[in-house]
Amino acid sequence: MAEKVLVKGNEALAEAAILSGCRHYFGYPITPQTEIAAYMAKRMPKVGGVFLQAESELAAANMVFGAAGAGARALTSSSSPGISLKAEALSYIAGCDLPCVVVNIVRAGPGLGGIQPAQSDYYQATKGHGHGDYQMIVLAPSSVQEIIHLTADAFDLADLYRMPVMIMGDGMLGQMMEPVEFDLGERRKLPEKDWATTGTDMKRKHNIINSLIMNPDDLEACVRARYERYEQIKATEARAEEYMITAYGTTARIVKNAIVELRKKGIKVGLVRPITLWPFPEATYKKYADKVSAILSVEMSMGQMVDDVRLAVNDKVPVHFYGRTGGNIPYPDEIIKAMEEIAGGDK
Amino acid sequence: MKSGEVVNKRIHIIVGHYGSGKTEFAINYAIKLKESYDKVMIADLDIVNPYFRTNDVKDMLEKEGISVLASQYAGSNVDIPALPANIHSLFDDKNAAVVLDVGGDEDGAVVLGRFKQQIEAEGYEMLFVVNTFRPLTNDCDSILQVLGEVEDASRLKVTGIINNSNLQHLTKTDDVIKGQREIEIAAKKHGVAVSYISGLPEVLDGLDEKAKEKAFPIKRYLDLGYEF
Repeated sequence: MAEKVLVKGNEALAEAAILSGCRHYFGYPITPQTEIAAYMAKRMPKVGGVFLQAESELAAANMVFGAAGAGARALTSSSSPGISLKAEALSYIAGCDLPCVVVNIVRAGPGLGGIQPAQSDYYQATKGHGHGDYQMIVLAPSSVQEIIHLTADAFDLADLYRMPVMIMGDGMLGQMMEPVEFDLGERRKLPEKDWATTGTDMKRKHNIINSLIMNPDDLEACVRARYERYEQIKATEARAEEYMITAYGTTARIVKNAIVELRKKGIKVGLVRPITLWPFPEATYKKYADKVSAILSVEMSMGQMVDDVRLAVNDKVPVHFYGRTGGNIPYPDEIIKAMEEIAGGDK
Repeated sequence: MKSGEVVNKRIHIIVGHYGSGKTEFAINYAIKLKESYDKVMIADLDIVNPYFRTNDVKDMLEKEGISVLASQYAGSNVDIPALPANIHSLFDDKNAAVVLDVGGDEDGAVVLGRFKQQIEAEGYEMLFVVNTFRPLTNDCDSILQVLGEVEDASRLKVTGIINNSNLQHLTKTDDVIKGQREIEIAAKKHGVAVSYISGLPEVLDGLDEKAKEKAFPIKRYLDLGYEF
């Protein structure tokens, strides 16, 4: 067993990336994720890797594009406004079927917003960042220890499915310090990167990485093939903890405390915590739709994941929402009150 | 030096690696100094991180009779690395004890360079806080590397090291002792002493009598915001 150390969420993510074989980090500083870049600046030279602070977020994401094309495990990270800037490159990376890991340590928005934690980029992460028909796998850790495991898995998932994977945390998770062990957990068996542009040595045909497909039928076929892969990912990768309040990330931790209090008050309530935001664990919600009398989605936003919860349960059960935004955190007493109002309304 | 005694210098500078526990130590140190000084000032000079800073507990410190100097942007969520506008008042009142809570690593220590002459003219103690459970200061070499970078950036010399080794709520006395071994080697190499062993009282209680002479029990004042 690895020894325990005390690290910030952002530092844990950076170190876990290095331990997962990432040797290429391109970034640009922004609060509350700057520790990822700062840590990489110190550590990458020591492990023979590359840390490069680009001239902009878009440039950093395009450097990841290049490194991924050459078969390297590449990482970029930012916080909300910076992810918007990276969006163009993310679309190109997805359009070229390249694996990479992108981190969004979400702060309050829109626009420049604030520097306090938020989950208001859920729509952006799961429904759209750049243009075009594509998806990213989106992982939502809720503790520093889980960041370590999910960072390692993000690189594996990216290589396995040849697509960008996003780790979506919030400012609280990035800044949070917890004792952890750098144990990456079980790793996946991965295919060779025989598509990478690593030089032919005059022994094989050129590998071509390209997202420009001018013939509509060819482009449609390419996109359809990608969506067939998405269906496979949806069937095999969607994960959730099972329990009737639903929340992800650090909000789920707060909800857990509220649930303890609610149970003491005799309200039988559990938690469904999506670990993958895309694919969304619909099956878990479907399973509980007949068993619970109401669902409460708690988010650090004006209500974004709640749409996916409603789609998943398809009107079988009423879905309520409670959220705080602007960088404010929903506190356990607020969640308890919201749940009590719903439970009271059922009687 | 006996437990809980503070050095007879007016200016006390708290530096160290990012996330080593500088601010929590600085707050506790200022409160301790108040026992011997009528006037104590603490300056929040953190230009590195907008979160978890001395200014967060300004009200509590002021109730203790301690003046808090901080940038007008501290705690405002305006993410600007600024210094307090009234920073020179630290050097005006020669009767006041001053604690400088400096930001992490050399990036934070750079603010001190500008005041080198004033600080050196009066004499100072500069305490380097170490938590050996932080991965980038987990052994003698890495501790001395960060310490050297902090000295270079600040243009001042570390006069003592604080062993603040901890794993938050999981800390056991043995963890502190383990940290102490590494820090003692680093301190000896650098020619300074381990000034204090800081930690929660229940953890320090388990130290042997010799180590207890350096014990500096602290209370946790900062609200981390994520311990629900």
